[in-house]
Amino acid sequence: MESLTPILEFKNTCVSYTKQTMAVKYVSAAIERNTITAIMGPSGCGKSTLLRAVNLMHNLYPNIRVDGEILLNGENILSMEPIDVRRRVGMVFQRPAPFPTMSIYDNVLSGFALNGMKLSKREKDTTVERCLRSVALWDEVKDVLNKKGTFLSGGQQQRLCIARALAMKPDVLLMDEPTSALDPIATKHIEELLLELQKEVTILIVTHNMGQAKRISSKSMFMYLGELVEYGDTGTMFSNPTDERTKAYLTGKMG
Amino acid sequence: MNDRLYRIILFVVALVVPIVCGGVVYALVTDAHEAFEHFGFLKFLTSSEWSYTEGNEQYGALPFITGTLMTTLMALLFCIPFSLPVALFVGEYFRETKIASVLSTVTDLLAGIPSIIYGLWGFYTLRPIIMALNISPQGSGILTASLVLAIMIVPYAASLSAEFIKMVPNDLKEGAYSLGATRAEVVRKVIFPVAGSGIFSSYVLAIGRALGETMTVTMLIGNTNNIPDSITSTGNSMASIIANQFGEADGLRLSSLIAIGLILFLITALINMIGKIMIKRARIV
Amino acid sequence: MNKLKVKHRLAKDKLMLWSICLLAAMTAVPLLAILGEVLLRGYDQLSWSFFTESTPTAYKAMKAIAAGEPIPGGIANGIVGTMIMLGMAIVVAVPLGILCGAFLAENSKSRFAQFVSYLTDLLQGTPSVIIGIITYIWVVVPMKGYSAIAGSVALCVMMLPLIIRSTEETLKILPISLKEAGLALGGNKSRVMMKVQLPAAFGGIFTGVLLAISRVIGETAPLMFTALGCSLIRFSIDKPISAVPLLIWEFFNDPNLQELIWGASLFLLLFVLTLNLLSKYLAKKWNH
Repeated sequence: MESLTPILEFKNTCVSYTKQTMAVKYVSAAIERNTITAIMGPSGCGKSTLLRAVNLMHNLYPNIRVDGEILLNGENILSMEPIDVRRRVGMVFQRPAPFPTMSIYDNVLSGFALNGMKLSKREKDTTVERCLRSVALWDEVKDVLNKKGTFLSGGQQQRLCIARALAMKPDVLLMDEPTSALDPIATKHIEELLLELQKEVTILIVTHNMGQAKRISSKSMFMYLGELVEYGDTGTMFSNPTDERTKAYLTGKMG
Repeated sequence: MNDRLYRIILFVVALVVPIVCGGVVYALVTDAHEAFEHFGFLKFLTSSEWSYTEGNEQYGALPFITGTLMTTLMALLFCIPFSLPVALFVGEYFRETKIASVLSTVTDLLAGIPSIIYGLWGFYTLRPIIMALNISPQGSGILTASLVLAIMIVPYAASLSAEFIKMVPNDLKEGAYSLGATRAEVVRKVIFPVAGSGIFSSYVLAIGRALGETMTVTMLIGNTNNIPDSITSTGNSMASIIANQFGEADGLRLSSLIAIGLILFLITALINMIGKIMIKRARIV
Repeated sequence: MNKLKVKHRLAKDKLMLWSICLLAAMTAVPLLAILGEVLLRGYDQLSWSFFTESTPTAYKAMKAIAAGEPIPGGIANGIVGTMIMLGMAIVVAVPLGILCGAFLAENSKSRFAQFVSYLTDLLQGTPSVIIGIITYIWVVVPMKGYSAIAGSVALCVMMLPLIIRSTEETLKILPISLKEAGLALGGNKSRVMMKVQLPAAFGGIFTGVLLAISRVIGETAPLMFTALGCSLIRFSIDKPISAVPLLIWEFFNDPNLQELIWGASLFLLLFVLTLNLLSKYLAKKWNH
């Protein structure tokens, strides 16, 4: 039963900043469970906007409007309470931003603290260890858990942010160019990590790096000027794109 | 004019500031000297007697130091529940909207009202209310003065706190929202901890303002020279005793008033210095 | 259970929003109350003679009250005194403050400039009553009497740090290219400052001066021991002189003159708030 409904589905999703300009136009697509789906496209094509809509980030800014439907396990999240949705949908942003006033330990648990959920000391310890292990950070920081998160390197900080999102056990993890602020080695670490993580969580990742999409994703979307131009298996899209615009982008003639 | 001459002129002009400050300290110290010499520095600070019967003059600063601290701390207490919401309103909830700029204009205007007019308003409007509520029979006192003082420092505390609240990176706020926090939770658990030291320093500077406020306090505190025994009783602050008695004083009493001025100057300078240092640190983080 | 908790958290969130709006809105209450009270009670005192005649003596006022007539006279002596003292203070404080601000902006890294900058903060934070005391010691004692000069020295000392700061800040946010372009054209530093930087900073400096004036014009404490007050319209600068805030203080303390308080306060308040709004408006206009 569960496998029949896609975990996440866009139905005619539109996002507009003002009445005239639509950043995302009538996107329809179903995302498969436990996959990594990459969203590509030239800058300004609406890929980040679409991703942020899944976490209802637009609700923070009164002038942004989202129309159509976004279904999470068959339920339209646009009519749900944002704080409920955001707990089931994790998000990792471009720049790593651990909370500077919290220790590494507290950063992993920040989702619980922010939601006013109380855990026992034992639950806390196991959650911290589980999440830090799954982002391959445990061995590096297990002795400095009480230090501030900002003292880590950029790549470590980003992994901490992923751990913080995973702690809430989300169904879907959204990633908005998570490696664009990192060096190549840290990027490689994160990519390996994502391949591991797709066993537990469905990942939707915005990237401007075609190589990255090719390396990690099984499905890809190509967006252009707010439209979803092409959506399919990553392998097929890279070897044999159906749309001229996709071809132009992938061969470096655009973007 | 060549560059050398220009530099020399600027330098000489800039010397005015140290000269004025040096002059302030020198004048206060030389003229306060008599009182300190006569009573002893510590004795002057800790004595609570203030009597000018000829032949047995006794002057001590304790009642006025107490009065100043009481009015200032109470003003701070009354000011926080209003200045913090204003700061959040302007710096977070409605930042960069028309309504926020209206509210900042309101607080700017509050900051612009001369202190003597605050005093009048306190005397003719607030004091009757305090009397009608049976809080204190004479209406004037520490409480009345600190209430008006609180209104006067709201603008200073609020505008500076708002600046620090605005500086909290959007990345952090979005990060917290993405984990499912409500706005109230973001404010309490992200904005306050991150902007905390800055907000704190803005209250330190607000204290610096309240310490030396003269006319409002003089008109409302009741002007009695004993140590206030409750928050509704009358008293005098360091600034108000000077305003009240400086004009008629001479000799030892004048020197004692100037000594109180020196103490007030030092306390204010210290508080302001702490505030400025804290602000500089908070800005770097 | 979980649903209930979410509801509870959302209710808390709403409560926080509404309390912030309510408490923030309440800060407008004292402003409106003060404006309202001063307007309502001072409005009918304002007349031509209120601005052209000087303060009545207590005896005259008593006679008028006994006869059931309005108190004669006005606050002309205060207005003239304020203008004279303010004028003298401006003439000294504005050029000094601007040059000093220029010094701080040009040498922001030197030790001495940082020291001066720190002392400027110190001076700005000094309670006005203390400025009154030291002006008394500096001017009134050696001159053996209260005078307009003493009052203007006090106002000048209070204005100086405000003007220094606003000049320094305005000069610092000017694009560095402006200065470089001037220097590249062969101007020396003084020329570039006088002909390029200061004119470009004019808006900021001017609004800073306006704001400084609005700050000191309502000051009472520093004038009490320096200018003292006088019930005559006077133009001599070596004799005691009145000022509008000093008159308000006098009226407050003299039961016979209390009727005049509100007219004088209304005048002072409107003057100060207009200056305040004007400087804010100009700052906004010149920034874009």
